[in-house]
Order: sequence, then C-alpha cells, then structure tokens
Amino acid sequence: MRKILFRSLIGRPLTESAPKLDDPEILDLARQIQSATRIRLGRSLSIREINAGSCNGCELEIHALGNAFYDLERFGLHFVASPRHADVLLVTGPVTNNMHEALLRTYEAAPAPKWVIAAGGCARDGGIFAGSYACAGGVSAVIPVDLHIPGCPPAPIALLKGLLALMMNGRA
Amino acid sequence: MLRACLAKRDQWWFAFYEEREKPIVPTLAELIANGRGVEGHRPCPRVLVNEDLWCLLAAQFAEGRATLLGLWGDVAAVHMAILGEDQKQIAVASIECPDRRFPSIGRVHPPAIRLERAARDLFGLDPVGLPDERPWLDHGRWNLHHPLAKEPQPHGDRHPYAFLSVEGESLHQIAVGPVHAGIIEPGHFRFTANGETVVRLEERLGYTHKGIESLMSGASVDHAARLASRTSGDSTVAYAFALARAVEAALAIEIPPRAIWLRALMAELERLANHLGDIGAICNDAGFALMLAHCGVLRERVLRTAQTCFGHRLMMDCIVPGGVGADLPARGFDQIRELVGTIGRAFPPLVELYDNTASLQDRTVGTGLARPALVKQYGCGGYIGRASARAFDTRVQLSYPPYEAMFFNYDVPVLAEGDVNARLWIRIREVEQSLALIEQILARMPVGDALRVPVTGTGDTVEGLALVEGFRGDILVWVRLDGYARVERCHLRDPSWFQWPVLEAAIENNIVADFPLCNKSFNCSYSGHDL
Repeated sequence: MRKILFRSLIGRPLTESAPKLDDPEILDLARQIQSATRIRLGRSLSIREINAGSCNGCELEIHALGNAFYDLERFGLHFVASPRHADVLLVTGPVTNNMHEALLRTYEAAPAPKWVIAAGGCARDGGIFAGSYACAGGVSAVIPVDLHIPGCPPAPIALLKGLLALMMNGRA
Repeated sequence: MLRACLAKRDQWWFAFYEEREKPIVPTLAELIANGRGVEGHRPCPRVLVNEDLWCLLAAQFAEGRATLLGLWGDVAAVHMAILGEDQKQIAVASIECPDRRFPSIGRVHPPAIRLERAARDLFGLDPVGLPDERPWLDHGRWNLHHPLAKEPQPHGDRHPYAFLSVEGESLHQIAVGPVHAGIIEPGHFRFTANGETVVRLEERLGYTHKGIESLMSGASVDHAARLASRTSGDSTVAYAFALARAVEAALAIEIPPRAIWLRALMAELERLANHLGDIGAICNDAGFALMLAHCGVLRERVLRTAQTCFGHRLMMDCIVPGGVGADLPARGFDQIRELVGTIGRAFPPLVELYDNTASLQDRTVGTGLARPALVKQYGCGGYIGRASARAFDTRVQLSYPPYEAMFFNYDVPVLAEGDVNARLWIRIREVEQSLALIEQILARMPVGDALRVPVTGTGDTVEGLALVEGFRGDILVWVRLDGYARVERCHLRDPSWFQWPVLEAAIENNIVADFPLCNKSFNCSYSGHDL
C-alpha cells in the first residue's frame, strides 16, 4: 500500500483542468436555467441522485465524475445520501410509472431552494421509451426541471459542464 | 415415426409403473424428441409439448438433470429454454395456453417462480399451482393491465404488496429503497433483522420496468437493437451482441469475419471496464477507497479508449444486426495495445494490495456465502456461478464465433468458496483473461472492408435464440420475426433473474452493514431484470 500511495504523491496528478466558464456549452446550458430565486449558496452544492428508471448507463457516467480525472469534489460538488441534505436533484431515466411516487416524494423531501437537473435523453422526454405504458415520459412530466443535460448517456464532461453552469447561476 | 414415439412413451409409462421406487426420468433429448418440432427456429430446436411433457420437464429441473435458462410468455403460449445436463445442448419447449393457463414449473422448481409471476403480469397467463400469487413487475401503476396480452385492459385497483410475514422474538424490519443512498438503480429490500444479523431479506423489484418487450413488438430489427442496447446500460455491448445473433440465427445470416472479431473485442473491453469498476466498488463498500480510486482510473482509461476507437465510451449501438456499425481505425490497434500494457502493469500491484490488506480480507472472506447447491439449482451464471463451483461460461460451453476459434489461456476459472472474496477473485482472473483475449483478437483480426450485411426478411416467420456471455453472466435473447424481418416478439432474459434470489440466501446470517458489500459483489442488474 505504501508504495502505491508514494507513487501517487510524487507522480503528476491525473486530474484534468476544469472547463473554462466561458465555454460555449456551459453558457448554453446556463441560459436554460431560469431561476427566480438567486440565493447565495456559497461555493458548493449538495447533489442527490435519483434513478427514475434509467438503464444504468447515466449512473455509470455520474459515478465517473468522482474518479481522479474529473474529481467532482474539487468544485465543491458532492453527492449526499438523503434528499433532505440536497440542493440539487440529479434525475435520470424516463420516469417509470413504478418510480413516479418515489420521485415525487424525494422531490418534496428536498428543502427549498432546490434545483432539478434531468440528465440524459430519457430524462428529457422519455427518449427511446417514450409512449410506453410503463413510463411517464421524462422528468418534467412529474416535477419541474431547471436544466436538461442531453446525451445517451451524457459523458462525464457534459455532466460536469451542466453542474458548473448551475453553480454559476446559483452563485449570482 | 409416430408409432415409434408412442411405443417409446408406452415404454416409459410401463417402466414407471413397474419400478415405482426409481422411475426412469427420460433424458432431455428423449423428452424433446417427443414434442412437436417447430419449423424455422434456429439454431436449437423448439418443440410444442403437451401438459404431461411440460410437467416431466419440470421434474427434470427439480431433479437437477437440466437447468432452466429462461421462461417467457407469448400471446397464447409459454416458452422455456432448457440447458441439458451436459451443458452443451439447448432446446426450447413451448406449451399452448388456449384457456390462458399452464402448469406451473415454479411449483416444483423455485427458480421459475419470479419468471412465471412476470409472465402472468405481462400476458395474463395463469401458472396453475404457482405458490406465489403476488404480482412481480406490475406494481399496479401501469396504464394497462396485462399489457402484452391480446387485448390489454385499462388498469384496475392497486393493492398493497404483501411482504412475507415474520414471527419470532427480538426481530425488527428495515425497509430500504426504492431510492437508495448511493448512485444506484432503484429496488426495494425488506430486511428482517435480529440485532445486527439479517434473518431474512425479501426483495421487491420492477421499479425500472419500462415496457421494453412491448416497444419491441412491431419494431424493425435496428430499432429493436437500440432498445436492447438500453436494457442494461452496463451490458449494452453484450445485449446488442445477443440480439444481433438471435436475429442472424433466425434469418440464417452469416456476417463478415472482421465484424465477428470486432464484436468480441468490444465485448471484452466492456467486460474489462465493468470488472475493474466492480473490484474497486466492492472494496469501497468495505471502506477501502484506495482501490476504488485506482480501479476507477483504469476503468476510465478503458472507456476513453473505447471512445477514441469506437466513438462511444460504452460502445452503445456499435454492434448492429448484420455486423458492426463502424470499423476500428488503424491507430486503434496501438491504442488498445497500449491500454492492455497499462492495465497489465498497474493491475497486479492492486491485486497484491487487495490480498495483503488484512482488514479488507476480514470483511470479504466468509461473507455472503452463496452455497454451490443453490447456485447449481438456480443456474447462476457469471462470476456468481463460477465463484460457487458452477463451471459454466457461455464462451466455452456454448461457444460462439469467434470464441470457438480462440483459446483461453487456462480453463474457466472456478472457485468453490462462494463468498465475496471468491466473487472478487473470479473477476480478477477474468480481467487477466480478457487482457489476453484482447491481445489475441488484435493479433488475429481479419482484414477486410465488409463490416455489415443487409438484414432482410425471407417472407416466412422465423425465430432465433442466442446466448452471449455478458460480464455478469449469460444473456438470452429470443426473437420471432415476420416475413419482413420486423419483430413480432422479442424476449430478453438478463442473467440477474437467476442471481437476485440467491442474494436473499447469501445475506442470511450476515450483518446488515455487510449488505452493500454482498450486493455489490453480486452486482445484479435492476433495469436488465425489470425490462
């Protein structure tokens, strides 16, 4: 173990530089966010992830945000276990009917101010599962959404840009 | 022929009545030979059986002389896929249900119970004698009741789910989910605990049911492939592989050689990425984050290589019916070789770290025991089966191209301890195996421009079945295509159907705090299971 730790200390970090805040994609995403409440949240956001019936592809990429390359936590972003501790709900999946109530109750358990990010094609409008007897057809069919991040699944860099855009606006 | 069959049948019944103490149970081949063969089903036979034969097949499972590979409904029939005792023969048996009932296999063979409950939920076919009357996938929230039946009805009342009751002193219940604390799929776990010790775990799944099989009916094979690819995102390559092979079997299509080898390359990269991620995540669930950090780096390297070589980190939609969607560019060979070298150097010290950290071994060794007898009964595939003495790997036992032409550098790695540690070690061995297989694939990649052949209907209704080894086990896909190669019925059977129930047994007598560890060591699919 000591050898591995030592090598990590003396080697170059793998963590890549943050996307610039004037990145066109970030500005584009930021424009989507229409937040009437602009309360200072300091420099961090607590995120509660909710899988509303996704195929798990989005979850894999959200997990990747925590790896050494993306290192989500250096931006003050971290995942929390309870919606009661959350500022942001990151929702994936087309919202299956079987997850409708759970999603609604999780949203209601998150105290205001809160923002909702719908990540992935399915979360936007049901994606390839739109029209199914078992799906509500996107997160906005159930709860109000502040930001959509497209992709199937969205790559970690796209998720990161979306979260940074939200932080940018939230800090204004 | 008919006379011979009848004579054979009379022979059995005579033997049965003569030797009541030890009835002769016919072999799978004999049973299958006595059904009515269905035309246009490839590559294995499909037979229509009557109730007696269906029940004899159930007895085969119950006696451990055959393994249930799948059981699924159709508009007026139920089908089941059977693996013979030698693990080399497969057959599909179908029973027609004109009055919407069929004899329950689950009555004598528990692994069929949830499959039958699901078939009832979707098709409204009643498994007579099934001990569990509760719905499984249907939570009473769908827009339709029995959505895949000929005439689905609007949904009626919703009843609360009757969890199994418990009696005893000092017992309390812990309900977890469907929303879980981490970044993970939804499902419900109802624990009954005595202090810290889990006395029983009952799962309730179905939360991610998206109606995939319904969306497949009437779809083109390409659209069906996209749906299959999004059944279980971590196995997108394996699912697309299985669906493509089922379609190609049905239509008797041969795909270009280069496409065959590219498919295996993608499948092994997917296996590598998942195993590396899992090894780190299992250690993290025991509080050892260092392994997660380093394994996470290696997994990310695999995904980035997949992105540059195939255009998508998870290689989604890269395998298509008829071949593959895109070629491996020339520089891709070097990039993948570099990846194999990097992992080859970085991985052994991590394995050593895992093995030499006593506090971690203390958590994983002896935890979450999946008994070999149970694993054999359920036909658990993947690392769960192989960690509990079940030597079955689709790539070897039911080999398909190009694996038939490749050699595995050693036999299918099998352990017998069946604990978290064993399931982790099987993954370690498979990482080494996949690295070797990838090198072989690159060395033997056929040259050629052809990557895909057109997929067109034959004018007849055809059916195909395929089994592909995904990272968590064998994925079964069965498809019926009409004369225009449109999907009439497609069934996707995730390996988790035969793994989830075994988790309930494996967690017994372990502490509640070890559940994340056990669960992650199983890493069953929720979305793949729920469809």
